Amino acid sequence: MSERTSPPGIADGGQWPAVHPSRKIANVCYWIARCIALALIVGPALWLVGSVLAHAVPHWQWSVITTNTTGESGGLKQAILGTLVITLGVLIIGGGISILAGLYLAEFAAGRARIILRSGYEILSGIPSIVLGLVGYLVLVSEHGLDWKYGLLPAVLVVSVIIIPYITKATETSLLQVPTAYREGADALGIPPVWALRKIVFKSALPGIVTGLLVAIAISVGETAPLLYTAGWSDFSPSLQLTGQPIAFLTYPVFTFFNLPDEGAKILSYDASLLLLVFVLLVIIAGRLIVAWSRRHAE
Amino acid sequence: MAVPALPRGGGAGTRPPRRAGGSAHPLGRWLRSGGPIRALGLAGAVLPALVLTGLLIELIFKAIPAIGYSGLSFFTSSNWQFGAQYAAPVTTNGLTHMQGEAFGALPQILGTLATSAIALIIAIPVSLGAALLIAQLPRRLADVIGAFLELLAGLPSVLLGLWGAVTLGPIVAAHVSPLIADSIGRVPGLGGAFGRSTGSGQGLFTSGLLLAVMVIPIIASTSRDLIRGVPVLTREGAVALGMSDLETARKVTVPWVASGIVGAIVLGLGRALGETIAVAMVCGVALGTLPTNLYGAMITIAANIVQNLDTAITDPMDVSAFAELALILMVITLVVNVVATLMVRRVSSTALPVGRGL
Repeated sequence: MSERTSPPGIADGGQWPAVHPSRKIANVCYWIARCIALALIVGPALWLVGSVLAHAVPHWQWSVITTNTTGESGGLKQAILGTLVITLGVLIIGGGISILAGLYLAEFAAGRARIILRSGYEILSGIPSIVLGLVGYLVLVSEHGLDWKYGLLPAVLVVSVIIIPYITKATETSLLQVPTAYREGADALGIPPVWALRKIVFKSALPGIVTGLLVAIAISVGETAPLLYTAGWSDFSPSLQLTGQPIAFLTYPVFTFFNLPDEGAKILSYDASLLLLVFVLLVIIAGRLIVAWSRRHAE
Repeated sequence: MAVPALPRGGGAGTRPPRRAGGSAHPLGRWLRSGGPIRALGLAGAVLPALVLTGLLIELIFKAIPAIGYSGLSFFTSSNWQFGAQYAAPVTTNGLTHMQGEAFGALPQILGTLATSAIALIIAIPVSLGAALLIAQLPRRLADVIGAFLELLAGLPSVLLGLWGAVTLGPIVAAHVSPLIADSIGRVPGLGGAFGRSTGSGQGLFTSGLLLAVMVIPIIASTSRDLIRGVPVLTREGAVALGMSDLETARKVTVPWVASGIVGAIVLGLGRALGETIAVAMVCGVALGTLPTNLYGAMITIAANIVQNLDTAITDPMDVSAFAELALILMVITLVVNVVATLMVRRVSSTALPVGRGL
């Protein structure tokens, strides 16, 4: 900054002080750097999607979703079904627990108890999923633990623990964002608090909770590491047997088949990744629709 | 104006009794006042703390034999041997184990830290630059770019791993690594770490790049939300003083949200440290050696657990060593995440937990 006694202004008929060229250059560099940074985000995202499409689409056959895997070839029907069954189980067990927990934290817990309980799930959300998978294996699957063997229940329980923090947080946050006036209005009308909670508060918090459930679905479909040692892998369609029967899931072929020498195994790996990609896109679109819908219905 | 009087009723007798009133049976009152939901909710809310405690106890309990067997060499040695699986077990110091077993986890621990460091070195400038740009763009365009961030954050890590192994790795080996070796590698003193023998594209550098792609959406979306939260008057004041965009960012916007951004970076670090599948697919799986340069094959703790647990399953001592690995990983990420939570909580309140998912 240079010393100036009276700054020349437009009003005095003067001119704007000349901008030092180095500031202009620095600003241009700043814009260029930011554009490069943005390109480095959008570029890999498009590249990734393009790469999956380029590898999977030319070989795509619809029989992939109608036949089971046999060894390292065939289709992925049992893996798709297995992933669906696991996700459904996770939504019932993990989703149920977390919605109740979020409800309790937002509506009933107070003071120090709330802070402690909340930090419990915040810490849990930071534990790497492979640690949960390993402990799930040691405690539930292994013969030195409960000896359930690979199966549906260990997988559902481990993935439930992984997603509980996300749904709990979403439920708690969206309940806390319900305007106080709604509760006061219900109270003024003489509606019992529990009834108001169910009919009014919960209803207006629903979009947020559903968004949390979507995140949970995306995670439980996309998890690999914890499932490898809890679900196992199977060439047969899932039965609803809870333990003792391995169950297939969609991320397994991607991880296991991609570098096998057999061309059919590789193609199966790309097919599975295409299915996962389509699924993630569907979840993102659903999330956007819910946000748009709830914005329109907010007032 | 005379307000018509509301029909008031004669007295207490005409008012309908409250349904959740005090006269009912205590159990009925408990049921009607939301008691069951409250009890179930409390159980659900306590569960995470119980799970955490259970995790720690189980891992410590399981890790004891390996701690006794390896001691401090777990952290200082690079020699990792699963032992002779089919020979008869032997006993040293009262601990039964396979012949020739050794657990030196130094390469894995360093590998975990090094890949995360590379990821952050790349991710911090990219995410911060992009966030500063996105916050300045028109809302509709920013929403479109936000969709890309959501996509990157929501993609299963196994897809990123596949892309890294099949597409990115070969390109890194063929073009990017030689470029670095020819530029930074020429600087005197850096030839060893960045120099020739640029590897197969499976190793430290590719893992770091891939982790950067996974961490960027976390840091970028949190930073974007924080920057959007800077009061508009503050920024307008800077503009009124004649500050350029760069000066506004450097002197007003970024300092305003600095602690939140540091929190987001530490959250991203937590994600990078624990990432498993993607790294397992591109790290080159070198269990017993340290990489000689930036491009060498290596492994991280998480990748080792997922790649080699099936080898280890049959031997209790191996399983115990894996429990010790998981314990180390858990403690590192715990510390990182507690720091991050404390830093982010003070400033930001994003609707969904950052860290994973959408």
